[in-house]
Amino acid sequence: MVTEPVVSLAGIARTYGRGDNVVHALRGVDLEIAEGEMVAVMGPSGSGKSTLMNILGCLDRPSAGRYLLDGQDVAGVSKRDLSAIRLRRLGFIFQSFHLLPRTSALENVELPLVYAGVPKQERRARAMAALNRVGLEDRQHHTSAELSGGQQQRVAIARALVQRPRLVLADEPTGNLDSRTSLEVMATLQTLNRDGATLVIVTHESDIAKYASRVLVCRDGRIRKDERRTPQDAAADLAVWHDEEQDPAEEEERIT
Amino acid sequence: MSFLAAFHLAFRAILRNRMRSLLTELGVIIGVAALIVTVASGEGARAQINEQVASLGANILLVDGRATSAGAVRLGAGSRALMKEDLLEIVRSASAVKLASPVDRQSAQVINGDRNWATSVYGVWAAFFEIRDWSLVSGRFFDEREVERAAKVCLLGHTVVENIFGSQDPVGQTIRVRQMPCEVIGTLRSKGQSSMGQDQDDLVLMPQPTFKSRMLNEDRNVVHDLILSVVSAADMELAQRQVTAIVRQKHRIPDGGEDDFRVRNLSDMAKAREKIVETQTGMLRNIAAVSLLVGGIGIMNIMLVSVTERTREIGLRLAIGAAEVQVLLQFLVEAVVLSAMGGIIGVAVGIGGAIAMAHFMEWPVLITPFWVLLAVAISVGIGVAFGFYPARKAASLDPIQALRYE
Repeated sequence: MVTEPVVSLAGIARTYGRGDNVVHALRGVDLEIAEGEMVAVMGPSGSGKSTLMNILGCLDRPSAGRYLLDGQDVAGVSKRDLSAIRLRRLGFIFQSFHLLPRTSALENVELPLVYAGVPKQERRARAMAALNRVGLEDRQHHTSAELSGGQQQRVAIARALVQRPRLVLADEPTGNLDSRTSLEVMATLQTLNRDGATLVIVTHESDIAKYASRVLVCRDGRIRKDERRTPQDAAADLAVWHDEEQDPAEEEERIT
Repeated sequence: MSFLAAFHLAFRAILRNRMRSLLTELGVIIGVAALIVTVASGEGARAQINEQVASLGANILLVDGRATSAGAVRLGAGSRALMKEDLLEIVRSASAVKLASPVDRQSAQVINGDRNWATSVYGVWAAFFEIRDWSLVSGRFFDEREVERAAKVCLLGHTVVENIFGSQDPVGQTIRVRQMPCEVIGTLRSKGQSSMGQDQDDLVLMPQPTFKSRMLNEDRNVVHDLILSVVSAADMELAQRQVTAIVRQKHRIPDGGEDDFRVRNLSDMAKAREKIVETQTGMLRNIAAVSLLVGGIGIMNIMLVSVTERTREIGLRLAIGAAEVQVLLQFLVEAVVLSAMGGIIGVAVGIGGAIAMAHFMEWPVLITPFWVLLAVAISVGIGVAFGFYPARKAASLDPIQALRYE
């Protein structure tokens, strides 16, 4: 692809504390992510993958380096402008879903639109469309307590997508789910990726990473491995995994 | 996020914890209710006083000759009364005084045949009718000549007529006041109840000399109370000074000596009464102030609890791109709604309390929209003042840490 990358990091470093207690969470990361990629970030705890995600998600600012999001330098912008960037260009999916309690699925998906000041009718329509994309249009009035874990995460995915963000960041999206629902969620993410969404997924499960078209491995604040895989590789890996996990006949329907 | 959305969220959050919200609002409820009761009774008393002043006439001075001290010597009541000459001198030489009359009063039994009634009998001059603006239903007033010769005539108030004559016309009839027979020459038009609940029509008027020498067997030249009408409201102070100077001179009080009488005008009396009411409601006002302060602190406390409870929710809102000011607004509006709900409930409780007070304690109360609105505005102000810190705290949370909060 010759288009401008969605993400371009150069020499990103992040340190915490000062003096003798300085902790180097990231020690110079260079990374480009192109539109339409599905990137898995792996690594042991303390490797810097969470810090990397926070910086990619504009929740944290690097101590040094340059971060171009869609060509715009976001390393030095104010907190206030970062909020606006998160609102309009980024989508977030969390390990523990983070749906608002006692609030319907539809209203949860509407939340970013509320903050963006989208009028009510348009908000409703766009939130319904997003719920449609994750296959939960018939659950719009259910609150999170009335939804299964997998359904809750799919509502969260719809919420992340509703603003049509340039980049969706998922932090251990299947961490709180059993393996069967994990598959559902990953299948949903993969479908969205095929429809053009650019995804970065942090995971420590290599099975989950197999869905990705590219796998980054972090260690000691640096990216140690950057592996691109063809769709065929990914499919082959998945087939093996599914064979191990469960009856392929049943799973066939689920993925497609 | 619009204000409307913030209100929607606030109501939802408050209704989710109904009991907690109500308990939190209690301080504001008590404070606002106490404020409303204080103000209602204060305003009620003020309105009553104003009404009395208006019904009695603003241009009226009262002179009380029963002062109980002369110089440093305390005297018994009535030991140094005003004299008829004092009164005549006042009318003659006080330019600001228009009319004057004695208003000596005695309670007495009035009897018509087999019916009798206890009422107040006043000894007055003919000028009294004009000073107090009485008019007739039937018959006539007595005149100066009848006063001079102490004629045994009297006028009856509406209540007295009803009680001893019923529907019969009393004019021309003779009644007995105490032991004295007395011809009824007229009946007075009803003035109704005063706002104090006093019946203004329960009276008998007769010439002062008749009252004094024939009914009471006392010296007709001695007068206890005077009522004076002043030329205009602007001359009240002048009249007061003139009257004081004349009576002092007549009584030979040396310069620097203490008056042995009192000249009062109704607005001074009104002010004194207002002061009494203020003292009476002062305690309640302090309760209101303390309760509102405690209520505000309660709201701050519960909002801090709420922010802590909802740390993850706040983290999520901030992470997905809510501006800090939007989160601040959400919590500030919640505090304001909480406090304003307390204020509205407090207004209702306060109005109920004021009505109960009017009913059972017979206090005059007056509830004005101004104070109701002000009370609600105060509670909104409390919400803003005490909700700001928790809201600020919510808005300044770090989304990364807030999302991880357990």
